[in-house]
Amino acid sequence: MSILLSNISKHFGQFAALHDIDLEIPEGELVALLGPSGCGKTTLLRIIAGLEQADKGKIFLKGEDKTDLHVSQRGIGFVFQHYALFRHMTVFDNVAFGMRVKDKKVRPSEAEIAKKTHALLELVQLDWLHNRFPDQLSGGQRQRIALARALAVEPSVLLLDEPFGALDASVRKDLRQWLRNLHHELNVTSIFVTHDQEEAMEVASQVVVLNKGRIEQQGSPAEIYDYPANEFVSKFIGQTNEFTLEHQTIDWFKHIGLLISEQSKVAHVRPHDIEIAKSTNNDTPITLKDWQHLGALIRIELTKTLPNGKPKLVYVEMPNEQFKRLQLNRGDKVDLKIRHAHWFN
Amino acid sequence: MSAAISTRVHQSTLDDANWVRWSLIAVALGFVILFLCVPLVLVIIQAFSKGFGAYFSALSEPDMQAAMRLTLLTALITVPLNTVFGVAAAWAITRFEFRGKDLLITLIDLPFSVSPVISGLIFVLMFGAQGWFGSWFVEHDIKIIFAVPGIVLATLFITFPFVARQLIPLMQEMGSEEEEAALSLGASGWKTFFLITLPNIKWALLYGVLLCNARAMGEFGAVSVVSGHIRGMTNTLPLHVEVSYNEYDTVSAFAGASILAGLAIVTLILKTLLEWKQTNRATV
Repeated sequence: MSILLSNISKHFGQFAALHDIDLEIPEGELVALLGPSGCGKTTLLRIIAGLEQADKGKIFLKGEDKTDLHVSQRGIGFVFQHYALFRHMTVFDNVAFGMRVKDKKVRPSEAEIAKKTHALLELVQLDWLHNRFPDQLSGGQRQRIALARALAVEPSVLLLDEPFGALDASVRKDLRQWLRNLHHELNVTSIFVTHDQEEAMEVASQVVVLNKGRIEQQGSPAEIYDYPANEFVSKFIGQTNEFTLEHQTIDWFKHIGLLISEQSKVAHVRPHDIEIAKSTNNDTPITLKDWQHLGALIRIELTKTLPNGKPKLVYVEMPNEQFKRLQLNRGDKVDLKIRHAHWFN
Repeated sequence: MSAAISTRVHQSTLDDANWVRWSLIAVALGFVILFLCVPLVLVIIQAFSKGFGAYFSALSEPDMQAAMRLTLLTALITVPLNTVFGVAAAWAITRFEFRGKDLLITLIDLPFSVSPVISGLIFVLMFGAQGWFGSWFVEHDIKIIFAVPGIVLATLFITFPFVARQLIPLMQEMGSEEEEAALSLGASGWKTFFLITLPNIKWALLYGVLLCNARAMGEFGAVSVVSGHIRGMTNTLPLHVEVSYNEYDTVSAFAGASILAGLAIVTLILKTLLEWKQTNRATV
């Protein structure tokens, strides 16, 4: 186990940021801490780093108890959301800093430091910028320098706080790929914080979903998506349609293929788990309202008037080709068939 | 050429306001000349009214020399101390969360809001022969009031806010991320301060030290109350100027004043340089 957290709690005044967090992260994983803003994910990351002190609980890194160790002694690498590069130092000096502040006894020679710094800058493909100052760099370049600086101290764990949060969309896409490849190359256990579920699914090998200071679910992206542990995870990861079972809706549920279980009350259905077809029956209660192109997919909006008189929107997604074949128009009556649903109490 | 054209364009668009503009500039300029330049010139004329010889002999007079030495000594003690206090206070306020922080910020400003004479009186009330701790000091034969320690204490109090006031807004704006980054890279607290914090605040710190020094050397009110005006013993330069003037020794008074005025001008030049450095921090 590379990282082991047991029973971590943290309060800010009256506000409980984290409740009894237990978390195990195996060696070499790239883990996303995913959750809405204010869920405690950054606090948890800072507690692992030692930048914040937990009220109670223990932190083990590589089997050693680091709970009471100062941040400078923990052997972690931390990449800050706004990079926190030293503005009065060149890129080279920034990366070399961690090696230069080592105790005399263990400090490498200046020649070794220079060699390693250049190697790290090569690794992030920015050696040509070594004598620039941080304010002369773009956001993506700063991010990569911050990463090189954190790697310079050969951390046992790499922690990244919203690593792509301050970048624009196209740079973010590139950097995600790049970070995943870099992790493959270095294989250092890494945790990054994000509120973007797409980012978590794309980059991470393990996803930890947090909400209101508690862990809702931990697993591979596929597990989280295909078997959400509860309503929160299901709604937070990807789009979902919510169907609430009531006395009047039982018949309709049976009709559209929702299997009704005894205890469960709420069904979540992914938009791509619904099939539609043009209805031949004019009394069908579902109407096609509109659709949007999402690249390879089409998102279709359907409306149904519920027994209580309110309209309900249902989203369906399917490939462009399939949608064309259906030859649907706005206002057409459609039949639904639900292939798969997640039931929750 | 282009400047002339652009002025003409401005004039045509601001036609009505023209006389307002010029009269405001005239008022401001007139004020500066009347209240700053003329007095400065007068000080210099008066100082040299009896020739260079008299000016330099006034400056080399033992009492004047003693006053200058005391002023320097006071500045040498108070400026370093208040630099350390100021950095510590700014650090505490910008880096820690604690109860009573707002009160501390207000208290740091206290020397600015209290009349210097009152500040001086506080020290007389505390350490004077009739003061709270007075008898203890008398018993142990330690003189504070009407002696050098009193002058240093009063100056220390008066000049306390300068450094802290300069640093607090800057350190607030900078945030602590760079320091946290240095710590996470294994740097100790001291190394973080000297390698990361200090380089980032150095111009503001120097600026604060400069203002603190100018005030320490020029302080009159508080020092006047605690000094006792003993010539050659407890007179600082500003006090010596007053005493000489009251004794109709104009050359000595204005010679002292010219030194203080010169100090003010040097301070002003350095201040402008530091301000320029601070705004160009990123490109320097």
